[in-house]
Amino acid sequence: MSLSEDKASQIAYLARLSLSKDELKSNTKELNNILNLVEQLQQIDAKGIEPMSHPLHMSQRLRADEVREIDDSESFQSIAPKTGSGHYLVPTVIE
Amino acid sequence: MEWETVIGLEIHAQLSTKSKIFSSASTKYGAEPNSQACAVDLGLPGVLPVLNIEAVNKAIKFGLAVNAHINQRNVFDRKNYFYPDLPKGYQISQLDWPIVGEGKIDITLGENTKSIGVTRAHLEEDAGKSIHDLYDDYTAIDLNRAGTPLLEIVSEPDMRSAKEAVAYAKKIHTLVQYIGICDGNMQEGSFRCDANVSIRPMGQEKLGTRAELKNINSFKFLEKAINLEVERQQDIIEDGGQIVQETRLYDAVKNETRSMRSKEEANDYRYFPDPDLLPVEISDELLASIKAELPELPLEKKARFISDLGLSDYDADVLTSHKALADYFETMLTGNESNAKLCANWVMGELSALLNKNQIEIQDSPVSAQDLSLLIQRIGDDTISGKIAKDVFKAMWDGEGSADDIIESKGLKQMTDMGEIEAIVDEIIANNTPQVEQFKSGNEKIIGFFVGQIMKATGGKANPKQVNELLRKKLVQ
Repeated sequence: MSLSEDKASQIAYLARLSLSKDELKSNTKELNNILNLVEQLQQIDAKGIEPMSHPLHMSQRLRADEVREIDDSESFQSIAPKTGSGHYLVPTVIE
Repeated sequence: MEWETVIGLEIHAQLSTKSKIFSSASTKYGAEPNSQACAVDLGLPGVLPVLNIEAVNKAIKFGLAVNAHINQRNVFDRKNYFYPDLPKGYQISQLDWPIVGEGKIDITLGENTKSIGVTRAHLEEDAGKSIHDLYDDYTAIDLNRAGTPLLEIVSEPDMRSAKEAVAYAKKIHTLVQYIGICDGNMQEGSFRCDANVSIRPMGQEKLGTRAELKNINSFKFLEKAINLEVERQQDIIEDGGQIVQETRLYDAVKNETRSMRSKEEANDYRYFPDPDLLPVEISDELLASIKAELPELPLEKKARFISDLGLSDYDADVLTSHKALADYFETMLTGNESNAKLCANWVMGELSALLNKNQIEIQDSPVSAQDLSLLIQRIGDDTISGKIAKDVFKAMWDGEGSADDIIESKGLKQMTDMGEIEAIVDEIIANNTPQVEQFKSGNEKIIGFFVGQIMKATGGKANPKQVNELLRKKLVQ
């Protein structure tokens, strides 16, 4: 399995990573190294083995349905780049 | 060429929990912007989501109600995309191991019943809200809704017309309210429908390319949007073009759908299991206890109304179409056990007419089920006639008091003194000789004239049945 620079650039875009030409080159190489390892793994016969989602043999703890948070928006908004009328403001998104 | 429409629906039902799916912030609608968005909802570093048990319970309830397989082990995944109202850069959802597996639900259109497959239903968190028209140069973000629990209910592409899609959506809408997992409020966005629409030549098995319609917030718009889309696709194909798979936004004002270009590029969500959340395990005990407390479902209720109360199929269908309506009707039955049909007539007749006219929901009716029940009891025990009851009902609606108060204060009690009624009947007969002759010469219809005169003379307080019997006896003498 080999990843082209075009494909790597597309993946970078999905992750909103801005890569220079050199970075793209080195990242593509590193990604291909990882994929080579995956390729080795794929040679293992895993028939009949249930896919694993988590490495721990534990299950999710559940929480009672209770409201326990207070309004802390003032302190949260103090670290936001821009706010107004209680909202977080971001550059215009056009739909 | 003849085309066949193929529709599948994705319904997002907001689960009516007090707190969010992964945090203890309130889900209450209409709060000040961002006042209910805590560190977990904002996706601040170092926070850990913890699953709300009620969201799990409610999802299970839905699964049981559509006879679906409940996956007792289910897993949360991250769905990655960038949008300002999604602060973490991913939505926690379920991909390969959803909580609810395959089920089905029957819809009825006219005489026909059709089974629609439910592919799956999974738990996920809602995103925040983007407000585009508040500022000229900015989009304003309110994250109060971020983290609200949603159940996404995905259907099979089993529907063949907009009408079928609406019937299915309505069925799910009624069901989630019946089992108390969602308030069903479409204006507030508690119940949202996306429609996947494609067309194919009649008889072809392979599905056509589909478009996903979003932003539909009423059943009326659902029907309109689908029909518009079908027309659009037919025009394109018949002009030799091809359908592109895309998301289209329905615009109710312009009555058109338009492409959402922003979503075209990156439909690659790169799902992976969320390492913050362990697999959910649902014990047999929990499953059994939820099964035990599941309320009577609409279809079961309808069947019971027909078999136990002797209602017609139509009446039972109308009365079970909304939970609030069914509750009202059932409350009325207390004290009117042998008059179920009369109760049904009043709810579907007088009451519904006034509610519709004044645009009031039945749960907000100024005449409560208990009040109306008492009125029906007074018809049942012959205190008043059905006709007088309509006047009493109007007075009750206007807040003049209980049925008994109004009957008493207005002196509306039915006349029970037979001698008194007889005297009036005699008088009317004596004063209307020509009409008596007509009756005797075979004009049966003229009896209505006498009944009218007598009711007028008694102020409507005579029992029409008694009057009729008495009249016939006297007129042939």
